[in-house]
Amino acid sequence: MVPQDLFYTEDHEWAKIQGDTATLGISDYAQESLGEITFVELPAPNKSVQPHDELAVIESSKAASDIYSPFAGVVTEVNDQLESQPELMNSDCYNDGWVCKLKLSAPSKTDELMNAAQYSEYLETL
Amino acid sequence: MKLIFEKSVKGRTGVCPPKSDVETSVNIKAELLRNDAPAMPELSELDVVRHFTELSRKNFGVDTHFYPLGSCTMKYNPKVTERISAYPGFAHLHPLLPQLRLGGTLTQGALEVLYEMNILLREITAMAGFTMQPMAGAHGELTGIMIMAAYHHDRGNKKTTILIPDSAHGTNPASAAIAGYKVQSVPSNENGIMDATALKSMVNDETAGIMLTCPNTLGIFNPDIKEICDIIHSVDGLAYYDGANLNAIIGKARPGDFGFDIVHLNLHKTFATPHGGGGPGSGPVGVVEKLLDFLPISIVEKRQDGTYALAYNKPKSIGYIAPFYGNFAIILRAYVYILMLGKQGLKDVSENAVLNANYIKTKLAPFYDLPFDGLCKHECVFSASRQVAGDVHAIDIAKALIDLGFHPPTVYFPTIVKEAMMIEPTETESKETIDEFIDAMIKIAKTAQDNPQEFSAYPKTTPVSRLDETVAAKNIDIASL
Amino acid sequence: MPFIANTKEQQMQMLSDIGLSMDDLFADIPAELMAKNFNLPDGISEFEVRNQLADLAAKNSTHLTCFLGGGFYDHFIPAAVYSMISRSEFYTAYTPYQPEASQGTLQGIYEYQSMICRLTGMDVSNASMYDGGTALYEAMMMALRITGRNRIVIDDSVNPIYRVIIQSYTRNLKIELKETKNDNGLANRAELLENITDKTAAIILQNPNFFGCIDDFTDIAKAANEKGVLLIVSCYPISLGILKTPGQMGADIVTGEGQCLGIPMSFGGPYLGFMATRKKYVRKMPGRVVGRTTDSKSRDGFVLTLQAREQHIRRDKATSNICSNEALCALTATIYLSLLGKTGLTQTAQLCADKASYAYKRLTAIAGVKPHFKAKWFFNEFVVDLPVPAAGVIARLVEKGYAAGFPLSRYYKGMENSMLIAVTEKRTKSQIGLLAESLEAVL
Repeated sequence: MVPQDLFYTEDHEWAKIQGDTATLGISDYAQESLGEITFVELPAPNKSVQPHDELAVIESSKAASDIYSPFAGVVTEVNDQLESQPELMNSDCYNDGWVCKLKLSAPSKTDELMNAAQYSEYLETL
Repeated sequence: MKLIFEKSVKGRTGVCPPKSDVETSVNIKAELLRNDAPAMPELSELDVVRHFTELSRKNFGVDTHFYPLGSCTMKYNPKVTERISAYPGFAHLHPLLPQLRLGGTLTQGALEVLYEMNILLREITAMAGFTMQPMAGAHGELTGIMIMAAYHHDRGNKKTTILIPDSAHGTNPASAAIAGYKVQSVPSNENGIMDATALKSMVNDETAGIMLTCPNTLGIFNPDIKEICDIIHSVDGLAYYDGANLNAIIGKARPGDFGFDIVHLNLHKTFATPHGGGGPGSGPVGVVEKLLDFLPISIVEKRQDGTYALAYNKPKSIGYIAPFYGNFAIILRAYVYILMLGKQGLKDVSENAVLNANYIKTKLAPFYDLPFDGLCKHECVFSASRQVAGDVHAIDIAKALIDLGFHPPTVYFPTIVKEAMMIEPTETESKETIDEFIDAMIKIAKTAQDNPQEFSAYPKTTPVSRLDETVAAKNIDIASL
Repeated sequence: MPFIANTKEQQMQMLSDIGLSMDDLFADIPAELMAKNFNLPDGISEFEVRNQLADLAAKNSTHLTCFLGGGFYDHFIPAAVYSMISRSEFYTAYTPYQPEASQGTLQGIYEYQSMICRLTGMDVSNASMYDGGTALYEAMMMALRITGRNRIVIDDSVNPIYRVIIQSYTRNLKIELKETKNDNGLANRAELLENITDKTAAIILQNPNFFGCIDDFTDIAKAANEKGVLLIVSCYPISLGILKTPGQMGADIVTGEGQCLGIPMSFGGPYLGFMATRKKYVRKMPGRVVGRTTDSKSRDGFVLTLQAREQHIRRDKATSNICSNEALCALTATIYLSLLGKTGLTQTAQLCADKASYAYKRLTAIAGVKPHFKAKWFFNEFVVDLPVPAAGVIARLVEKGYAAGFPLSRYYKGMENSMLIAVTEKRTKSQIGLLAESLEAVL
């Protein structure tokens, strides 16, 4: 399950870009390999990040995974709902299971990311 | 089974404290006192004894079951070591006594144990000196990395990074990180070991050192181990030996001879002290000559008159890393073990540990995938990948083993092997037990082929069936208040 | 060799089954790396080793009447503690990674965690740390993680043995360690309040403190809380039979040494570090934790939980590197507290305070022996000043059969004549009287 309108990283994160804002989350492959998600440590609002900085931590009962920011920017919004319902990341990772929104500090650079077709191809190689 | 608090009956007690023989009772100011007496359970001695006896019967231990838990060296714990550690001359010894003036004379027996143990461990590892203070393997790792940092500081080196293989125990990167270093993971090659050429390309002036187990967590001895240490030394880095797997080579080969500079041992693995349901352990750290000055305070020394004393004056030392002299009663048990086995006994340990592991590996090879199929040392790592086709995973095999009367091997570690099952039989198990285990594993492999749907119900023979770990992590209930 | 089962014949048979010789099994070790020396003594029998070690044990002076404390105490241990802890289903088990085969260990730890919470007045506890000193270091690291700040303030009334440990561990880290000087035996309010700033991660205090004095940190906790500074309190579990809990005072992290809970002194270990905290910090806490859950048939059961914090999963990002802890010592404490129960623990704590109070009166009645501090309330330990240096007096009392106390000059400047005396429920009126007479005689 790889939605067409998103960009992807090799760490199985997705980004949806709308103007100068990017919404971030994890892919279906990521949620599947983590198993039932039990906790998400969300970034503090207004946190500013550089590309590859740690944004959030996702825990399942036997694994943990960091989410890194693909962009430079400032956290404008976090998905508070995940605090009480982390399982949304399993059940609806591309919509209700989003993690946070970034206001991008520069026009979005997507060259380092994969589009849906490239990501599907990448998944084949794993 | 009820919690102990649920068995409480108001007014009962399991112990009568001694009667007060002093006239006065002190009335401490009320603001300094707690509101209510602490809510400990109220039970008779028999209630308590029944409760904990019942709990004990819900456990697998080495004394009750074969326990081939890879990387943990669950060997038999000789009873005499328990007996000796309870001698009043050891058990009732206050640790501050040697800090009194002439106090060393009050603890000569204990200091002799620490001193003699130090000498034995030096000979076993080819190190120049040990600290007995670290209270577990990971504590030894942290101590070792602090020694590494002190060495580099002393040399004026600006080092930032410690290299660790991807197959390492999690404690290695965790210890390096909390000591203030960056951790860089070194990938294993197609033979499951660290590649000296690949390592060369990663080493530079920032390299503080490397942390390795040898044999590694796949049970494989790296023939290039000396070259690896040489590469690290070429940039004035230090090589750290994680002694978790020493049982494979004890008496046969010594980490100091490979070129390692710092070694920690797990007395609760190699030297047969009990694991206690997760601890206590003991993780002495040995170093080569050039690092002796950095060892923690204090160290037991032997004076010319044959008496023992604690030396505190070590200006280059990393300082105190534990309140006293380490987990003394554990060190004492391990000391007794080494004395009893002696030179030949310890060689027999590694020979039989390695023989048992290779025997299991060969006998089970037709039934389970072996990702790295060569000679192994004290443990062998299978993968359940063949069984996964029928949706039977390593964890299912583990649970099936419980029903057949065996503690499972370590599963899902090392992480570089998918569906890993890491089997370490140790030398103390007999051929009969090992054959029964092999038969059980073969039986499970056949069930996985013929009736894979049966596995989800395992284990059936235990006080509880499979527990919901997701619920445990989400609805956190970790204390009854 | 009694600990290796296989006979030579069996070994030969196994080797022939797998088509290898014993030398083949070690052929992967390059010849030049094989040990050239292994000069260990020959093995000895159980009979011999018991005699040899009995001789060594006899060289230790355990006949001394013990008034030594300093955080490590000679408390009474009921026989049932030894009986239960000697069950090898407990002590020969490993970390309970397979919960169905480890419910005994797991439920025991859950009960331990519950007891630590009930004792300290906190919400959550881990499954144990190595000892009180390293537990305090771990609490400090936890506070740094929670606050993202790098300054730690510690009062010198905290056990100096712990303070030197913390100094060692922080040497290579970018941490500023500020020490405040106690104010007549209690935490130094003026200096501490001054140091409660938005740069400070935590304040570390102890109750009863190293001098035995009882304090109440409620005011400090309040001030700290307002600035986002955490209060870490190290405490003595037996005292919590009667004393105000760190939880009541508003502490954020509580640690301590559990040796007093049924664990023999054993020349320094193994002991029991404990750690408890507020629920909101549970995911920042180091160490193993056991949680209650249900099985597939809805029966209660116990598992290791919140493992994503730990080194085997998080590796270099774990909350700590701790793996082996002191599980068996935690179980010992659980059995001890179960036997004492609510009234037994309260009575034991009160007895310690009563006997210490009696000893204080007897000793300070001796000409030239004076209390060192003005602080009025102490638990089972107190400091007296002698007319002469304490170290020499203590040495002379050893000759008379007493481990009379600890000379504070070892850790505190200007306290050459001061001695720290601990009294547990085991000390009798007559022992205290004889100590007073002996002290009078040597002065």
